[in-house]
Amino acid sequence: MSDTHNRSVAFVRTTEAPSLPPPSNAAGPFKWLKDNLFATPANSLLTIIAILVIYAVVTGTFPWMFNGVWNSSSLAGCREVLDGTTGACFAVLVERWNQLLFGFQYPTELYWRPGLAFVLLFVAAAPVLFFDLPRKLLIFTAVYPFLAFWLIWGGSITAPLLAMAGVAAGYFFYQRFVASSFALGFFGAIVVALLVWKIGGAILPGSEIAEGAMRSVPSRDLGGFLLNMMFGVTCVSLSLPLGIALALGRQSSMPLIKFICVIFIEFIRGVPLITLLFVANVMLGYFFPPGSGVDLFLRVVIMITMFSAAYIAEVIRGGLAALPKGQYEAADSLGLDYAQAMRLIILPQALKISIPGIVNVAVGLFKDTTLVSVISMFDLIGMIRGPILASTEWSGVYWELFGFAAVLFFVVCYGISQYSQWLERRLATDHR
Amino acid sequence: MKKTVLFGALTVAGLAAGMASAATLDDVKARGSLNCGVTTGLVGFASPDANGVWDGFDVGVCRAVAAAIFGDPTAVEFVPTTGKTRFTALASGEIDMLARNTTWTFSRDIDLKFEFTGVNYYDGQGFLVPKDLGVSSAKDLDGATVCIQTGTTTELNLADFFRSNNISYDPVPIETNAEGQQQYLAGACDVYTTDASGLAATRASFENPNDHVLLPEIISKEPLGPLVRHGDNDWGDVVRWTLNALITAEELGVTSANVADLAAAPTDNPEVNRLLGTEGELGAMLGLEADWAKNAIAAGGNYGELFEKNIGENTPIGLARGLNAQWTEGGLIYSPPFR
Amino acid sequence: MTSITDPQQGSFRLSMLINDTRYRSYTFQAIAFVVLALCIGFVVNNLFTNLAAQGLDISFDFLGVPAGYDINQRLIEYTSQSTNLRATMVGILNTLLVAVLACATATVFGVLAGVLRLSNNWLVSKLMAFYVEIFRNIPVLIWILIIYGIMTISLPGARPYLGENPDREMLFGMFAFTNRGVNAPAPVFDPLGWVVLAIFVLSVVGMFLYRRYAKQLLYKTGRLLPMGWPSVLIVFVPAILAFFVLGQPITLDIPDTMANRFNIKGGFQIGAPLIAIWFALSIYTGAFIAENVRAGIQAVSKGQTEAAAALGIRPGRIMSLVVLPQALRVIIPPLISNYLNITKNSSLAILVGYADVTATLGGITLNQTGRAIECVLLLMLFYLVISLLISGLINIYNNAIKLKER
Repeated sequence: MSDTHNRSVAFVRTTEAPSLPPPSNAAGPFKWLKDNLFATPANSLLTIIAILVIYAVVTGTFPWMFNGVWNSSSLAGCREVLDGTTGACFAVLVERWNQLLFGFQYPTELYWRPGLAFVLLFVAAAPVLFFDLPRKLLIFTAVYPFLAFWLIWGGSITAPLLAMAGVAAGYFFYQRFVASSFALGFFGAIVVALLVWKIGGAILPGSEIAEGAMRSVPSRDLGGFLLNMMFGVTCVSLSLPLGIALALGRQSSMPLIKFICVIFIEFIRGVPLITLLFVANVMLGYFFPPGSGVDLFLRVVIMITMFSAAYIAEVIRGGLAALPKGQYEAADSLGLDYAQAMRLIILPQALKISIPGIVNVAVGLFKDTTLVSVISMFDLIGMIRGPILASTEWSGVYWELFGFAAVLFFVVCYGISQYSQWLERRLATDHR
Repeated sequence: MKKTVLFGALTVAGLAAGMASAATLDDVKARGSLNCGVTTGLVGFASPDANGVWDGFDVGVCRAVAAAIFGDPTAVEFVPTTGKTRFTALASGEIDMLARNTTWTFSRDIDLKFEFTGVNYYDGQGFLVPKDLGVSSAKDLDGATVCIQTGTTTELNLADFFRSNNISYDPVPIETNAEGQQQYLAGACDVYTTDASGLAATRASFENPNDHVLLPEIISKEPLGPLVRHGDNDWGDVVRWTLNALITAEELGVTSANVADLAAAPTDNPEVNRLLGTEGELGAMLGLEADWAKNAIAAGGNYGELFEKNIGENTPIGLARGLNAQWTEGGLIYSPPFR
Repeated sequence: MTSITDPQQGSFRLSMLINDTRYRSYTFQAIAFVVLALCIGFVVNNLFTNLAAQGLDISFDFLGVPAGYDINQRLIEYTSQSTNLRATMVGILNTLLVAVLACATATVFGVLAGVLRLSNNWLVSKLMAFYVEIFRNIPVLIWILIIYGIMTISLPGARPYLGENPDREMLFGMFAFTNRGVNAPAPVFDPLGWVVLAIFVLSVVGMFLYRRYAKQLLYKTGRLLPMGWPSVLIVFVPAILAFFVLGQPITLDIPDTMANRFNIKGGFQIGAPLIAIWFALSIYTGAFIAENVRAGIQAVSKGQTEAAAALGIRPGRIMSLVVLPQALRVIIPPLISNYLNITKNSSLAILVGYADVTATLGGITLNQTGRAIECVLLLMLFYLVISLLISGLINIYNNAIKLKER
């Protein structure tokens, strides 16, 4: 056969021909461009519009940004340096950097304290956010609130230590008795903690540190981005337990409890945060006993906590509702009582489902902390709209300041939402 | 109301606490610092500088009161308030006194139960317009768009003025002075109106102040002064007479420079002696130290010094004394005698 | 929670209030009631004690007193001599106005961005992702301030348009865009003009009837009538014919640049504050709606699209007949809660000088009367009523679209 073949055909290829590169419009960047940008005429039109939009934005902002002045002591100085050309006056950020971050009243020499508290926040939050880290780190997380309180407000260390001792005593009591009865463990823990605070408060002297590194800073001296962070972190962490309680209450079979929780949640969710802040600002003072002197910071924390608790409660309610009914029935059939069933079976699963929703609420809440500027608190936006824009040197510098605020919030919120997405993938342990 | 009965005990406790807190002077002394409500930032009257130190004309009054009580002008906590929050802050006891260019009006005095302890600045509402608009009188403003800084009596005055002159306007309410400036300079409104002092301060911060003029009409009386809660007359007296001490000091020629010398030994002028505590018991009558007025004057100077330093003609704000000159020089600033 | 315990007939001991699950819930509720009553009593008592200590009272009389201030944007008759109640009504209507407008445009933005984000076009989908992320992660307060600032600075004032030799001409001689607002021609109706309008309304109704008929025909016989051009014809042709037959009874009131030395007068005006807050709320909420739309479309299983394609349905019809009806079920509940957010966020309108209810009742009225508690209570009551109405809507809708399981 092969002979015939050899003779009849002049040339037969015995090896495989090297494959030719695909035509230039079927591979490489051209194919990519064609598939992704110019697939259809309508698509091409969209691409062109998009390019025009990007071009307009880029040419509009880049010269302004790259021609920015970083070194000047006033807007007039910036204008002199720029000499008629377009350019930003970023000098305001340099000049007022500390004010933007810490407010204008926080003592300059003590900036390291909130700074340290901020850094430690990451250490404290890490074991909560990432489950792979050693669980021992949670001890630091438990200590952190007291440490941060002490770092930011300063003053005598006895107060935070005492608070911590009370909480620790309550916790140990709870651990000891929760197995026998949840109610005994829970309410007993509260009583024990209160007792420790009461007794400790009576025994320990209230030593006041007037000067020095840990001198106390009143809360109205807090400001800038620090204030936003503090409202965000404090209110979200305080509202979690409250939210869980409200969600359970709303699911409860006891009509009165359910009624109270529904009214609370619907009321809070029904009004804008700004009106709740008005309440904190103009009304809440009247609700406390005369002379109790609950300061504005605390009143705002109370209102924002209630606000976010209502939203978190709805998220957790969603989580509870999403659990298969079988889980409830299984818990019942094991003979667990309500507290045990919730604590051991229902809540761990429901909370897991709710985490992305809770993170969303947290991001929303953190953004909403800027509203406190409307009630004359000097958070980041309040600093910009108040003292900085009102000063003679910097009145008229809008874009640089608001752009900076926008970037700062974007970084934080985008970071959190990316984390939330990562977590969602991580937690997707069901059959998919 | 059954609950109220149930909480009768609480009520009693509350009333007792309420009465205890009625003695503001004692509270302030116990606290060791004065809580003084100011604006959130109006250059010349009250604004924090780059280091966060409050400075300004109203701030000077707060510092003088603190100095009169404690001998220390820095024993003040400044509480920034907006037009919305200032009255509640004062009523709820968050602040002890309010020095926030607040106009003394009938309803604030009677209905809101505040006590104005005097006038530290006689102001009036004015109009700022660009020069090239060619307007020479506020009566020519028919159909104009007017930026108003909200939160004070300005909206009411403006409405009254345009209504009484039977001309129309478009109001644009503005929250802060900085935003008012932005709107006005961008031409979003033809006129910017607020207290004339504020307009002068705003105009001073423009790139080209000479392109803008203040119209001659002052459409309202705005006596601005510090105020305290009704019902605590002792405390009201402290604030009232501290302000009067500053005014009297200018009248008598007592300044921050010579107050120490004048207070060292009795002088020939009995009123100076009474004021500075080298003669008589005025301080003790107020519940303060004998050298209270000396400290108040030394804190930031007398009324005239405060004026010149913060808003006077040599500052960027450049306000003339005008109505705020001493009565001896044809102004309205007048203190009852110290005797 | 319904554990079964041996009922002990006829004997009731006090300890059963705690130990017996049948009675325990009563104990809890009784405790809760007492605690709640104590708290409310404490707060109310404090309130009245504090008010009494300052000689103040709670009174809503201020609502009947002349407000004394002017409002730039009003839908009902209002002067500075109207009462505070009237000012509140103006504010409420303004809130509702901006909420309705912003809901409509936010939906348009959101649907556009959501669909485009799923587009095959890489650049466009990335651009939309950028839009969504940047608006979702920056507070609305900052956006409102930035957008108002951009509007104020980038648009000209009114003055360049005014006078004999204006620096700027109006677009088509009838539209002016200034940083005080937009001026557009307003239609003026003669009596016959109303007839034209009525004809137009009737034609719109007719168009819907035609479409319904076409749809029924399609379902019944499978015959597909053309939809697009007949609809346009039905809507516009009769009205245009009537307009010319009746002798052009509708004229335009064109904005006048000569009437006043400060502002363009006449025509139809939309104030800059309204535009700023409207646009800011729409574009901000649009980003959230875009995410809902994307999630809704992605929630429709791919098999549906493939099945439709296998049946030979054209791509455009797959979207409108197969995917969207199923996606809407997922999209609409969060969409309505976004509408609720718009209504609540409109309370920030004071930042741009728009007289919504927070700016009138909770702003100037509060300032001028000093009745802080009363004003804030009324303000919360208003928002609460609105939200309850909208959540009622959500519930009705949810019940209506619940999957009918058999």
